Amino acid sequence: MAMRLALKGLGNRVMATIPACCWTIIDGAWPNHALKIPLMHTAFETAAIAASGIRAALDVKGEEDVTVMAWAGDGGTFDIGLQALSGAAERNENIIYVTYDNEAYMNTGIQRSSATPYGAWTTTTPVKHPESRPKKNIMEIMAAHRIPYAATATIAFPDDFVRKFRKAKDIVGMRFFHILSPCPPGWKIPSDMSVKVARMAVETKVFPLYEIEDGERVTINYWPEGRPVRDYLMMQGRFKHLTDEQIEHIQQFVDHQWKRLVHLHELTHGSLPEEAQATLTSR
Amino acid sequence: MKLLENSTYTVLKGNHAVSVGAKLARVEVISAYPITPQTTIVELLSEMVASGELRARFITVESEHSAMAGCIGASLAGARAFTATSAQGLALMHEMLHWAAGARAPIVMANVNRAMAPPWSIWTEQTDSLSQRDTGWMQIYNESNQEALDSVILAYKVAEQVRVPAMIVLDAFILSHTSEPVEVYPQEVVDAYLPPYENPNALNLEHPHAIGSLADPNVYMEFRYKLQKAHEEALRVFKEEGQRFKEYFGRAYDTLEAFYLDDADYVLVTAGSMTSTAKYTVAQLREKGEKVGILKIRLFRPFPFEDVRNALRGRKKVAVIDRNISFGHSGIFYSEIKSALYRDSGAPPVFGYIAGLGGRDVRPNDIVEIYEDLKQREEPAEPILWKGVRV
Ligand SMILES: Cc1ncc(C[n+]2csc(CCOP(=O)(O)OP(=O)(O)O)c2C)c(N)n1
Ligand SMILES: [Mg+2]
Repeated sequence: MAMRLALKGLGNRVMATIPACCWTIIDGAWPNHALKIPLMHTAFETAAIAASGIRAALDVKGEEDVTVMAWAGDGGTFDIGLQALSGAAERNENIIYVTYDNEAYMNTGIQRSSATPYGAWTTTTPVKHPESRPKKNIMEIMAAHRIPYAATATIAFPDDFVRKFRKAKDIVGMRFFHILSPCPPGWKIPSDMSVKVARMAVETKVFPLYEIEDGERVTINYWPEGRPVRDYLMMQGRFKHLTDEQIEHIQQFVDHQWKRLVHLHELTHGSLPEEAQATLTSR
Repeated sequence: MKLLENSTYTVLKGNHAVSVGAKLARVEVISAYPITPQTTIVELLSEMVASGELRARFITVESEHSAMAGCIGASLAGARAFTATSAQGLALMHEMLHWAAGARAPIVMANVNRAMAPPWSIWTEQTDSLSQRDTGWMQIYNESNQEALDSVILAYKVAEQVRVPAMIVLDAFILSHTSEPVEVYPQEVVDAYLPPYENPNALNLEHPHAIGSLADPNVYMEFRYKLQKAHEEALRVFKEEGQRFKEYFGRAYDTLEAFYLDDADYVLVTAGSMTSTAKYTVAQLREKGEKVGILKIRLFRPFPFEDVRNALRGRKKVAVIDRNISFGHSGIFYSEIKSALYRDSGAPPVFGYIAGLGGRDVRPNDIVEIYEDLKQREEPAEPILWKGVRV
């Protein structure tokens, strides 16, 4: 679904590369191919550089108008692919890099990654020792490379999603998308709840929708009414072991992160929209 | 060919001969990472790209793993791709070497042989390239700077016909940093020999297809069968193109090279720059009436079984001198040569000498001693006869 929205935003002159992840399977086994664009599968840690290689070839052949997109999971981005991603970002490669983040290694059966949030169950962070570290902030890492464009998105906000991909299409240089992608078995939610859970992640400010331009200018795209994180956590089996204390800890962390983000928005724009104030106080 | 009159002889280091070969081959994407003793290959290419002398994109990647992954992306998107590396860098690429061959990306890479760490060494040894032997790459070993330049052009010519990547291999320092006169061909002649790269299976917007998708047990094996068949085809094409090379450039190349071999009772098998020392020594031994010759291995993958058998059949004894080792086994060329001779009637006894690891000099005197040892040796011998080890 996220892929459909992305391609809606990018049009049809797109070539993609996908590393080892759930999408290795989703596109279909040989000789099937579900996507309507040329696709090169690549090794787990190489999405960013494989896309850069395709880009280089298209550039020497004078096909600069073709968009090259890497589409990778959180493991392939936050962990094993980070080195190649950092290289591509630092060189400001003219590609779009999308990480669809389901917060664990799902392809191999739900192991923790550095995108797994504090408190979550996975098969390598069992309930007795759930994830003890906060999720790695990949957007800040990408912003630190001062790339022209980085944005978050989720399928629960399709208009925002497509608008951002349309915008990104016309920017030259490294463009990065962080997409929160609920995974029903991994998050222990019913499949028909995916969109609702994604929406709740935004409404609780666990996953804010925002853009960072040139690594510095921050714009929050959606000002949530502000609901307690408990509403988000309790929808998912992977968090059901959490104590009130742990939930409070998460709440404080989320509030703090949100304040930082709002501050950056204010720094960028000089002021805050009216709806902002409410988000800073309400829970 | 008449055009060759415009060739120029230039004094080039081995590394720069490779860069010039890549330039003449009109590589379009270079994706590379520095490592001694390879670095000056890509430095010169980077200058050529910067000055506009070579129309190509140079990707300054953050690792060798990415260097190879970038080449694969470029090659599968329709560009002629090149990189170069050594030792640790080659080992780091290992996963992507399998990937390049499996994805049938006809990349050409130069590997400057360097001993693997630890302990750290920057000097020559072939274990780095030979331990990549099962990745599906062609491997061409070079004795001189001219051969290195020529091999780049020849490698693209063969690789692109059979869609198998090719590694051209040269020794650290002995070739990479040593200057020799090298004939640099006019661009028109190279263009006439090596047409622009076209990959009918490249990523294509008009006919979108997926490259490298999951293959279940019902289909995977056929992919591997085809890669093996491509290697078998590569052997034929390599021999054919090696001969055609002479029509264009005045030099012919084969899978092996013979030196004083015709009437030789004793044969020394070598690869790489050590061959030159062996040639010098054998020429002297010949003057003394010794019936000794050299078989130089140029093409290691695909392995020229037939040529090796024909070259060694009926000899009295063979010494394979390996500047490499497969621990727990023996020298790698040694075991490969023996496998080629298995049950060949008339196959001579073969002895495996290991010499020159980590760049230790192999001097004419060492070659003489190996030859003397060979003459008096009886089978069976240990799988490794060490030459020059201080224990
Ligand atoms: C070098 C390497 N190590 C490990 C693997 C095994 N592997 C394949 S997919 C995968 C998990 C992918 O996780 P993520 O990137 O989050 O994508 P998801 O499966 O969650 O969609 C792993 C560990 C591999 N293919 N390559
Ligand atoms: Mg994942």
